[in-house]
Amino acid sequence: MEKLRFERPIIKRIETGMPNKFGTKTEYDPISHIDGVAVADLIKKYGSPLFVVSEKTIRKTFNDAKRSFYTRYPRVQFAWSYKTNYLDAVCRVFHDEGSWAEVVSGFEYDKAIRNGVKGDKIIFNGPDKSEADLEKAAKNGSMIHLDHFDELYTLIELAEKKNLKPKVAVRVNMDTGIYPSWDRFGFNYENGEAWDAINRIMLNKKLELVGLHTHIGTYILSVKSYGIAASKLSYLASEIEKKYGHAIKYIDMGGGFASKNTLKGAYLPGTDTCPSFDEYAESITSGIINSEIKPENLPFLILESGRALIDDAGYIIGTTLANKRLPDGRRSMIIDVGVNLLFTSFWYEHKITPAHAFTQHTEDTTIFGPLCMNIDVIRQNISFPVLKKGDQFVISKVGAYNMTQWLQFITLRPKIVLIDLKKGVHIIRESETAENFIRMEKTPEHLTSRQE
Amino acid sequence: MKIKKNIAVSENGFVFDPTTGDSYSLNEIGTEFLNLMKAGKSKEKIQKEIMNKYDVDEITFEKSFHDFIKMLATYQLIEDHEEK
Repeated sequence: MEKLRFERPIIKRIETGMPNKFGTKTEYDPISHIDGVAVADLIKKYGSPLFVVSEKTIRKTFNDAKRSFYTRYPRVQFAWSYKTNYLDAVCRVFHDEGSWAEVVSGFEYDKAIRNGVKGDKIIFNGPDKSEADLEKAAKNGSMIHLDHFDELYTLIELAEKKNLKPKVAVRVNMDTGIYPSWDRFGFNYENGEAWDAINRIMLNKKLELVGLHTHIGTYILSVKSYGIAASKLSYLASEIEKKYGHAIKYIDMGGGFASKNTLKGAYLPGTDTCPSFDEYAESITSGIINSEIKPENLPFLILESGRALIDDAGYIIGTTLANKRLPDGRRSMIIDVGVNLLFTSFWYEHKITPAHAFTQHTEDTTIFGPLCMNIDVIRQNISFPVLKKGDQFVISKVGAYNMTQWLQFITLRPKIVLIDLKKGVHIIRESETAENFIRMEKTPEHLTSRQE
Repeated sequence: MKIKKNIAVSENGFVFDPTTGDSYSLNEIGTEFLNLMKAGKSKEKIQKEIMNKYDVDEITFEKSFHDFIKMLATYQLIEDHEEK
C-alpha cells in the first residue's frame, strides 16, 4: 500500500472575535510553475535562491499601461526607469517595446548607450551629474533634467566653453496634496523657484528649454495628485507660451505609480487598493488636455514609471532551511532569501507561496532570512501553510528595485534568469563568486607578509 | 507525557479543553498524534504506527514529534510533559 504524504503535525488555538496580527490565510494554491517552467526544475538547474524574470509579464504590463495612456492622449512616450531594474536584458525588453531610457547617473547613462539607446532618447535625471556626464549628454542631444541652480550654471558654462546648446527640462517639485511632499529634487512651484529657473534659462539663451518634469513621489495611491501635478506643469507650459512664445516639447510626469504589492501596515491587500493604469492615465491626461496650452502646441507626455511596470514580472524562488519554535510558541521559518536580496521586504508584506501542494492548515509564522542579523525578517506575521526543510516557495512581485538595491552581504548574490516568450530560460546575470570580491580587495604589504 | 484526561478530541481535528474553555484545531497528522497519545501509547509505538502509514523518515518523525509536544505544553494540554 502506498504511504500517505506526511505533513508536520500542528495544533492551533482557535481565537474568535479578536483581530489577529497574523491575519487570515492568504495562500490557497501553490505556484508550481512560472510561465510554464517548473519551479523545482529551475532550482535544480540554477540553484536556490534564484531570481526569475518573466518576459511575457513585462511585455503584457507595458502594453496595458501603454493602452491606458494612448487611448486618452495623442502623444505619449514611456522612458524606462533604469534604477528600478537595470539588468541589460530587462532594459532591452522595454526598449524593444519602444521605451526610451530614463537614467540618474553616469553609470546608468553609459548602460543605456550600451543597450543601443540613442543619445536623444535618453532622459538624464538626478542630482549627481558630473561635468563629464553633462558634456557627454549635451553632445549626444540627451534631455538633461535640471535639479538645482549649481547644475544649471555648470551647464551654462559648459555650453559657452564647448559651444553647445544643451536640451534641458526643469524638474519641478510641488504640493499635490500628498504627504510626504517630495521637495528635495528640482525647483519648487509654489515659492516661484521653478519660474525663476525657467526665466534664467529663457533669458540666458545658452540652453534650449524642451520640457517640464515632475516626480511627485513613490507608490502614490492618490490619482488626484497626478491630476494636480499635470495641471500645474501645464499651467507653467502655457505661461511660457504666453510670455516667451516658446512651446514646451514635453511634459514629463515621472513615475511613482503603485504596484500591486501590499505596504506594511495596510489593512487591505495592494491588489485591492492600488489604482489601475487607466485611473492614473485619466487623471494625468485630463490635467493636460484641460489646461490652456494651445492645441497646436500640445506637448508629448513622457512617463517614467518603473515599479508598476516591472514588479509583477519578478519572482524570487527559494528553499526552506529550517523551522523552529520561538519562546511564545510562534513558529519561525528560516528561508534562504534574506533582506540582502529582498530589500523591498522592509516596506512590503511580500506574497510568499509554497511551490508544491499543501493542506488548508496554517500556523502563525514569522519568516526569517538566512542572515545572522536580527533585522533579517521577510514576513513578521503571516498565517502560513506548513512547510518543512527543503520545501520550495515563490515570492511574487519582486521585479522592482530588488535586483538593483540588493547587497552583497554575508553571502554571495545568486543568478537571475529570464523566461522568454517560448518558455526558454536564459541566465541574465551570473551568480557571484568569491573571486569577484577577492579581485577588488587589496591588502597592504605589511599585512600580507605576516606569518602565523 | 500524558494528555490531560478531560480534553475532548473530535474526529475531524477539533480539541476542546474544558478547564480553560479554549478550542484548538489540528491538522490530520496532529489529530493522529493526539489520539495515539490520548490512548496512552508510548513514543515508540506512535512512531511505528505513523511510519507504517505515512511517508516519513525517522528524523523527520522525531523532529515533528518533539515540536508537537512543545506546542501541547505551550497550550498546557499535557499533565506531565516529561517523556517516559
